[in-house]
Amino acid sequence: MGMTVVQKILARASGVPSVSVGDVVEPRVDLAMSHENGALVINQFLEIYEGTGKTPQLWDPARVAIVLDHRVPAESPKTATNQNRVREFVAAHRIQRFHDIRGDVGGICHQILPENGYVRPGAVVVGTDSHTTSHGALGAFAFGIGATEMASVWALGTVLNVEVPATIKVVVKGRFKKHVGAKDLILHLIGRLTAEGANYKVLEFHGETIKRMSTSGRLVLCNMAVEAGATAGIVPADAETERYLCEEARVTAPLTRITPDADAEYDSVVEVNVGKLTSQIACPHTVDNVKPIAEVVGRTVNQVVIGSCTNGRLDDLAVAAKILKGKKVAANTRMLIFPASGKIFRDALAKGYVATFMDAGAVVMNSGCGPCLGVHEGALGDGEVALSTTNRNFKGRMGNPKSEVYLCSPAVAAASAVTGAITDPRAGGR
Amino acid sequence: MATVVYAVGDDVSTDVIYPGRYMATVLPAETPQFAFADDAAFNARLTAKQVPPGSVIVGGKNFGCGSSREQAASCLRGYDPVIVARGFARIFIQNAINLGLRVVICPTIEANEGDELEIGATEVVNRTTGRRHAVVPLPKARQAVIDAGGLIPFTRRRILAG
Repeated sequence: MGMTVVQKILARASGVPSVSVGDVVEPRVDLAMSHENGALVINQFLEIYEGTGKTPQLWDPARVAIVLDHRVPAESPKTATNQNRVREFVAAHRIQRFHDIRGDVGGICHQILPENGYVRPGAVVVGTDSHTTSHGALGAFAFGIGATEMASVWALGTVLNVEVPATIKVVVKGRFKKHVGAKDLILHLIGRLTAEGANYKVLEFHGETIKRMSTSGRLVLCNMAVEAGATAGIVPADAETERYLCEEARVTAPLTRITPDADAEYDSVVEVNVGKLTSQIACPHTVDNVKPIAEVVGRTVNQVVIGSCTNGRLDDLAVAAKILKGKKVAANTRMLIFPASGKIFRDALAKGYVATFMDAGAVVMNSGCGPCLGVHEGALGDGEVALSTTNRNFKGRMGNPKSEVYLCSPAVAAASAVTGAITDPRAGGR
Repeated sequence: MATVVYAVGDDVSTDVIYPGRYMATVLPAETPQFAFADDAAFNARLTAKQVPPGSVIVGGKNFGCGSSREQAASCLRGYDPVIVARGFARIFIQNAINLGLRVVICPTIEANEGDELEIGATEVVNRTTGRRHAVVPLPKARQAVIDAGGLIPFTRRRILAG
């Protein structure tokens, strides 16, 4: 029996010729990423060594990455103190892949890792963040773990007790209509699969639409695979993966393509034709409560957010700038824009997008997770409605359980900011 | 016999169990005060110590979905309850096992607040409704971590052995 991409990666990383679904393996880790919750990982890591008489030591500091992004700059003394704890540890253990709160090298972890070429096809990537699934866009097996699990990885260099997951093959065909894209595809898919439909499984993306899709779009798909419960999303590495890594991430090391065997065993096959897909909206309070935009058009929105590890990349900002050019954000609507990294912010400045946003009345904020998880800026008032390009709309997600969050693409967000209500960017002759 | 102190539906996310705005608090011992913080009534019962250890929280499908934040497991661990749910999200159940929070996968569980449950290795008997619900055993690989008392002692042993 042949193997899927993730099976092949796990077999290699576990030092065995092959693995089957349900096998328990202990793969070596190629990259272990944390953010602010590194403070908790450090606490658990030191506790592991308590009473052992051994000095706490990272298995390989070169394979550890820490990116401060969740509450940057710090919103409270407590966070600032935790961030200092991380900095002290980074210095003491000589972690080179550390991205502090800086305009030159900072940003959101799920942009910083690809952008700097830290993720390679075939790698095992773990992160103390559920959206670590993003990195499957580069052909890696990437999944989220908890802080104590990460402490164990830091000590051992392996992930304990990984059950080889089953894989759902997603085959995507057709060409997107104008203003419809990767975000609409993944929202549509989550609606079909439901929030737990891919639990403990991998979504492996195939098809002509994926072949044509940029790495930026693939990151959107894999980022939100977890919203269907998936352990990971993965796009088998191809020419586009190599283009991105060599041209944009300046990787010079040789890259390997891992493709599934022709007789690989899939849990199921899901086919999607995007030719007729319209913009999709995830309605409160679950990500799988997805409706075609026609069903929610006209809903008043108080705050529009563009950014996050899902949709804060340059092509997302380009789409928004094109729609907002020469227009104004509606009165009584706030628009907040968070580029996913300092590099993207600078590129957006150079291309004039930032000026377009500010002229329109949007507030452009520093790179970071921003308002997505309700810990920092952009809180919502009681009864308010947000329309956001982020990835979650759970009750209270943006910091106020008495508010509502709708999720959408950058095109929908920009068009809606102009009208102050959920608006189909395809309407109005644009 | 254990009493159900709280019953929730499907897809209860970690944002509901431990709202993001309290994530600056990371140390496990400090997190229990924020458990289910957005449900003021239940949070008050927890923090007033009205929920004795061994009490049952009943969940639906996909309990603990969303963010990987370990605070969602550590905040509950502070009260030492048993979480009986129709299903758990992957990262949450792993965090729970790693921290020694008791979890029981029971795909047909039906119980309301106040019900008395008898929780066994193969089934949960709801003494209030008289119905029996099969338990799905945790994967064997996880049992080793549970037997060790959590992931920290488990990994500590590996380091000492190796």
